[in-house]
Amino acid sequence: MAEQMSDDDERQQSPPSDLDFTSNKARTCIVTGSVSGHTEFQSLYPDQVLENVLENVLHFLTSRRDRNSASLVCKSWYRVEALTRSELFIGNCYAVSPARATARFTRVRALHLKGRPRFADFNLMPPDWGAHFNPWVLAFAKACPWLEKVYLKRMSVTDDDLATLAESFLGFKELVLVCCDGFGTSGLAIFISKCRQLKVLDLIESEVSDDETDWISCFPEGESHLESLIFDCVECPINFEALERLVARSPSLKKLRLNRYVSIGQLYRLMVQAPQLTHLGTGSFSPSEVAGQGDQEPDYVTTFAACKSLVCLSGFREIIPDYLPAIYPICANLTSLNFSYANITAEQLKPIISNCHKLQVFWVLDSICDEGLKAVAATCKELRELRVFPVDAREDSDGPVSEVGFQAISEGCRKLQSILYFCQRMTNAAVIAMSRNCPDLVVFRLCIMGRHRPDHVTGEPMDDGFGAIVMNCKKLTRLAVSGLLTDKAFDYIGRYGKLVRTLSVAFAGDSDMALKYVLEGCPQLQKLEIRDSPFGDAALCSGLHHYYNMRFLWMSSCRLTHQGCQQIARAMPRLVVEVIRSADEEEVYDRVQTLYMYRSLEGPRNDAPKFVTIL
Amino acid sequence: MESGCSKKLLDLIPQEKKWGFIENQNGISHGSSEEKKLELKLGPPGEEDELLVSFGYFSSMKSNAKHAHNKFPPPQEDHRGGAVLAASWAKNHHHQPKPPNCSQKRTAPAPVVGWPPIRSFRKNLATTSKLASESPTSLPHKVANERNPAAPETRGKGLFVKINMDGVPIGRKVDLKAYDSYEKLSTAVGELFSGLLAAQRDPSADGPKQEEEKAITGVLDGNGEYTLVYEDNEGDRMLVGDVPWHMFVSTVKRLRVLKSSELSVINLGSSKKGKRVQN
Repeated sequence: MAEQMSDDDERQQSPPSDLDFTSNKARTCIVTGSVSGHTEFQSLYPDQVLENVLENVLHFLTSRRDRNSASLVCKSWYRVEALTRSELFIGNCYAVSPARATARFTRVRALHLKGRPRFADFNLMPPDWGAHFNPWVLAFAKACPWLEKVYLKRMSVTDDDLATLAESFLGFKELVLVCCDGFGTSGLAIFISKCRQLKVLDLIESEVSDDETDWISCFPEGESHLESLIFDCVECPINFEALERLVARSPSLKKLRLNRYVSIGQLYRLMVQAPQLTHLGTGSFSPSEVAGQGDQEPDYVTTFAACKSLVCLSGFREIIPDYLPAIYPICANLTSLNFSYANITAEQLKPIISNCHKLQVFWVLDSICDEGLKAVAATCKELRELRVFPVDAREDSDGPVSEVGFQAISEGCRKLQSILYFCQRMTNAAVIAMSRNCPDLVVFRLCIMGRHRPDHVTGEPMDDGFGAIVMNCKKLTRLAVSGLLTDKAFDYIGRYGKLVRTLSVAFAGDSDMALKYVLEGCPQLQKLEIRDSPFGDAALCSGLHHYYNMRFLWMSSCRLTHQGCQQIARAMPRLVVEVIRSADEEEVYDRVQTLYMYRSLEGPRNDAPKFVTIL
Repeated sequence: MESGCSKKLLDLIPQEKKWGFIENQNGISHGSSEEKKLELKLGPPGEEDELLVSFGYFSSMKSNAKHAHNKFPPPQEDHRGGAVLAASWAKNHHHQPKPPNCSQKRTAPAPVVGWPPIRSFRKNLATTSKLASESPTSLPHKVANERNPAAPETRGKGLFVKINMDGVPIGRKVDLKAYDSYEKLSTAVGELFSGLLAAQRDPSADGPKQEEEKAITGVLDGNGEYTLVYEDNEGDRMLVGDVPWHMFVSTVKRLRVLKSSELSVINLGSSKKGKRVQN
């Protein structure tokens, strides 16, 4: 008995590995050996074997949807699935508590957490709403010491959390922070200095406060395991010499994305040290002020040419277009190119893009105009994802791109799967054309920047265009609409958008019917974010049958009242219904400024700030 | 190209469409005259229209934190049709409307918070990049960090100031709003740095093991090994504890923990203040 117990203990504490298989076998033998009664022996043996087999089989299950299904088969499967789940994904950090998560999944190696809703990125919510990493890191520190990877999106992480992370998990390897905030360079410094096994540190679109700490120097001396270092969002100068030494002693480094404080001369020095890079963010891509005019310019072209593995290029934060020819040698290899900070013209783009035959992902500014888009369409036949951002993000700015470039893309890039397009003018015809030319579209996000803009040729609403998208693009799962839209557009979405999981609506629709169409028609809908649209309580009620299947619903500046939201909250106990005001606003009116509601096992959260009322 | 004026109007008025808003559909009363005043109208000022449709909620909501954009233009600027949340549609406007007499200059619609949906770090591209392409020699890319890094940050409710300690290369931050007295601050500071000091003394001691930590005490009374000083808003270095707490909080810019032995060497404060207050 004692032997059996100790093996169980061992099993609880040791990390899952190949050794488990042998220990399972050993345990099976021990079970047979140490059980006293004959009859006990008979009933234990087959169950135990089954569980062992199940465990070894379930190890191979990676898709979390499959795992969720497997866990529902029976208690035994539930238990074993929980033990073998190594990657835990939680799409809403308030849907489940850290305690509950760690109690069920004890052997998690990778944690993926998402926090704030997306509209918070656009200042539609006061800061300090929540999504704190702190309770999670504390819970996991106690329960899952073998945690190696943490991926956070839209969460608040403090310097202390970073310290805890580094101190609590000895083998910690990967930290990825996307759209996070709450920490600074001093937190980074502590984290880096204590993480001896660090392979990945990716800071993406996060706000990092400048504590004037030289965090780059905090990487431990000696050969580093670093494979990926992304810090292009860090808005403060770094110690370049320390970075250079770091890169020199990181033979495994494949991804390096520099911030805009790294000049092109410094980039050169780094590239010379690391020709094995696959992903490069170039930093400013302009010379430093210090470099005199008479200085010999390094041979950028040869250096780029030496990076034969380079497939993903970004950066160009303060680009001097004169230097663009440096990247010619690698264009033919590129699968991903991000020019979304580079204010370049069509003429400057053409020599580059005409060589990018393998390009699959392209992010760019609308400064390239319709003409630049035509050039993309002419060459990039493998394009899967296109994002066109506005240089001048105002409603009434000039629109350098329009339906012309849009249609050209649809005709040239037939394999397109994902598009995000900001423009000032669009036509239904062009959108319909894209729906026909690009049937593989999975993500369609069109942002006509002027609110309520109709088709600028016919003057009609954009209903038919978006209708065609949902009708013809049968794989569509994510949709963002804009322009002048009536209820008809939503009728189409409800009728044909059967796979749509994420829907973003702004300044659209005429009445409650629009929202009803969507809530009643889209069975896969998980994330619905609506702003400034005339949907009221009646519409909200029409989704009661579906809200438990959704991750969240966001409605701001609509026509909701407290009573209406209260009704929902009463009808659905497992839904957390948050009413959010602007930070300095008093709760005067009956109307609800922002409704954010989500399913949760935990009930109202205890960290809600004053401007949040949970009904 | 249409004139900017009529283009804007067309944007807002749907053709042959009667906007089907019925008042009181959702029990939202439009009865109060105050609300009527707030509702914007499309058309020349003074025109009264029965079917005033409005959506959204147009109290005088102030915009959210960061941007100073007004969500809603003030009621008197009702000739602008741009504030869509308060737009009203006269029921006669079925046909292609003639634009009203644009006697006033057609100004941009009032900007709305979070629209277009571009994250803040993607904005302001026109300025930096344009400058770059215009003058290759004078580059703005070493743009001075506009935020003064030494200034205390008010993140939400807290007041965070940087604190450095002699012998510890990595600084930390403390939230002064979390304390209401010097004693509490002193304890917190002691705890904050004793861990770091211990780790530094024994660099191989990683992990969650609790090292016996030498407590840092006496930072305020001049008796301990360390002393707490601060830099105030005039750049003077002062001993912590001399002024009343609330005054300290309003003038402190950053903190420092110095070895007491170094104190006499450092010139504290200016001639005007900084001397120990005799109680």
